[in-house]
Amino acid sequence: MSAARRLLRFNPRLLQSRTNKRTAAVTGAAATPPHTSVGNAVLFSGSAQCRRPEGRVTVHFINRDGQKITTSGAEGDSLLDVVVDQKLDIPGYGACEGTLACSTCHLILEQEVYDQLGHIIDEEQDMLDLAYGLTETSRLGCQVCLSRSLEGATVRVPAGLFDMRRADSSGSSSSA
Amino acid sequence: MNAHKIVCKSHLLKLLWTSGRSDRIKRLHGVCGRAPFSSCSPKVCIVGAGPAGFYTAQHLIKSRQDVEVDIYERLPVPFGLVRFGVAPDHPEVKNVINTFTQTAQHSRCSFYGNVNVGTDVSVKELQQAYHAVVLSYGAEGNRRMGVPGEDLAGVHAAKDFVGWYNGLPDNRKLHPDLSCETAVILGQGNVALDVARILLSPMDMLKKTDITQPALDLLAESRIRRVLIVGRRGPMQIACTIKEVREMVNLPDTRPEMVAADFKGIAEAVKEVPRPRKRLTELLLKTALDVPTEKEQEKRSKASRVWGFRFFRSPVEVLPAPDLSRAAAIRLAVNRLEGSGEGASAVPTGEVEDVPCGLVISSIGYKSLPIDPLLPFDSRKAIVPNTMGRVQKTAGVYCSGWLKTGPTGVIGTTMNNSFDTARALLEDMDSGALDVSSAKPGSQGVTPLLEKRGVKPVEFSDWEKIDNEEIKRGVAMGKPREKLLSVDEMLHVART
Repeated sequence: MSAARRLLRFNPRLLQSRTNKRTAAVTGAAATPPHTSVGNAVLFSGSAQCRRPEGRVTVHFINRDGQKITTSGAEGDSLLDVVVDQKLDIPGYGACEGTLACSTCHLILEQEVYDQLGHIIDEEQDMLDLAYGLTETSRLGCQVCLSRSLEGATVRVPAGLFDMRRADSSGSSSSA
Repeated sequence: MNAHKIVCKSHLLKLLWTSGRSDRIKRLHGVCGRAPFSSCSPKVCIVGAGPAGFYTAQHLIKSRQDVEVDIYERLPVPFGLVRFGVAPDHPEVKNVINTFTQTAQHSRCSFYGNVNVGTDVSVKELQQAYHAVVLSYGAEGNRRMGVPGEDLAGVHAAKDFVGWYNGLPDNRKLHPDLSCETAVILGQGNVALDVARILLSPMDMLKKTDITQPALDLLAESRIRRVLIVGRRGPMQIACTIKEVREMVNLPDTRPEMVAADFKGIAEAVKEVPRPRKRLTELLLKTALDVPTEKEQEKRSKASRVWGFRFFRSPVEVLPAPDLSRAAAIRLAVNRLEGSGEGASAVPTGEVEDVPCGLVISSIGYKSLPIDPLLPFDSRKAIVPNTMGRVQKTAGVYCSGWLKTGPTGVIGTTMNNSFDTARALLEDMDSGALDVSSAKPGSQGVTPLLEKRGVKPVEFSDWEKIDNEEIKRGVAMGKPREKLLSVDEMLHVART
């Protein structure tokens, strides 16, 4: 069961205010997942389209200390799901639980994998803008779904999970 | 956590069985905190149960299997700005509460709410009871504009306005007057944008959030139709982030109103800047200057509410109404920019401009306050002076979160900041710089003092009663929760 699903079961009230977000990256094609607009927040329903537990997909994580972790997830699981389900030791990963409200699930992909995943929605780009150590092949782990085409891919955890909305001398205000 | 309990229990049983019967009885009575295995454990106390406090606790507990952490919090309820600062329409940002809850429920973590460090117990007393004290109490004050008229009715600090709609007990009597047409917000950070968005959001959006009912009722009667968000410098120095600007652009029933001249030269300058600044500026340019699509044009022509950024303006005075009772306008100095990029500065030109308005919200920064005269405090920067989280000249005392670095940054920033402090503390334990070899009483050295002083802490399970009550009340209103608004009410629910 995906981490997100498990959380919802543990805390059903979360269903009211939070969401599972999936891109339709299962086929690697650019597609907009079904979503409803609730005023300003764009909510994605925990759609069943990505949930197909037939095949396991193997991925390798290179952690911040250089350690390589080989693990797997079900097709349709996001990379965030894999980190949570497999209890990978990445402190602070996925703080907002996959709702596009932070950049702590930032991962660096291989060029070929990045290219085949296709279109990135504005909301993800907006959060990527704030990710520390952003690269040309960066994605948010909560938005990348496992599929056959990701089999054996290697993803790198960037050096510092660090949101760019931070202190500078001007004393600029920020909210969470 | 359960494994730890089982190990301790079996160790205890072994002790009991190997000693004589009378000894066994003696030990049974003296078990909590007196059995050899728990008196050796390092005990850390954290002051403040917001993100900084919880992330620091989390990292400590995870990194050492013997560390015990107690979190003290002034209010009966935990979570700090996640509960009282994050906007009601940003519920996903509050998901961190789940991980904080797990930490609080860990066997080696205890929450003590309703305890004011500084008045109910001193930092010195905490230092005597614990091996280390971590100050994570954030910033409960705010930066003043320092202009005449700042204290007129109709002028509020953004911190108080946000506290009001988020149910912070100290701000429940704010009763802002929303009967004017124009509101002016000074400052262009994400807090300023939150305030603008809450002032202009349609009721059918707000009523589904955990915004307090009194705020919702007042906003339903609001006559505010225009919100200006004012900054000292230009579009390329704006402090907010793109997500929040996009939310304003997409806000139903509103249209943007910017001054085209403010964007002179920006389209050229934006080509050379890093990606985050580039995308944000491009969105501003598009919103301010582009010919809108047909759909957007339709939205704008039907909109009943207006919002806009105003650049190159600094407040110099809040002007009163003729009867001097309240704010009626704000006088702004016109600036020009010296230099470019993030370091550009605003230089007054000598010109001023008066903007009629009935609500002035100053959103120019929160500010930390000192809680104990014996602790060092840098009043210029309004932080506790420290090196990597180690409070200067004060062995065994650390700090994390906004108190450590100043009041900017989001939860993710605070997370890293807190992990860093935890790492420094752990380093000091390992190296011996922090002596954890002698036993310390921990909370057992504090709770008797509190009892003597008539202070009854709220435990995490008591907070869960408050939590359940709020959710229950929320269900009746079609909201995720209806917050309890006073400390008395919170304590009443906690004690039943």
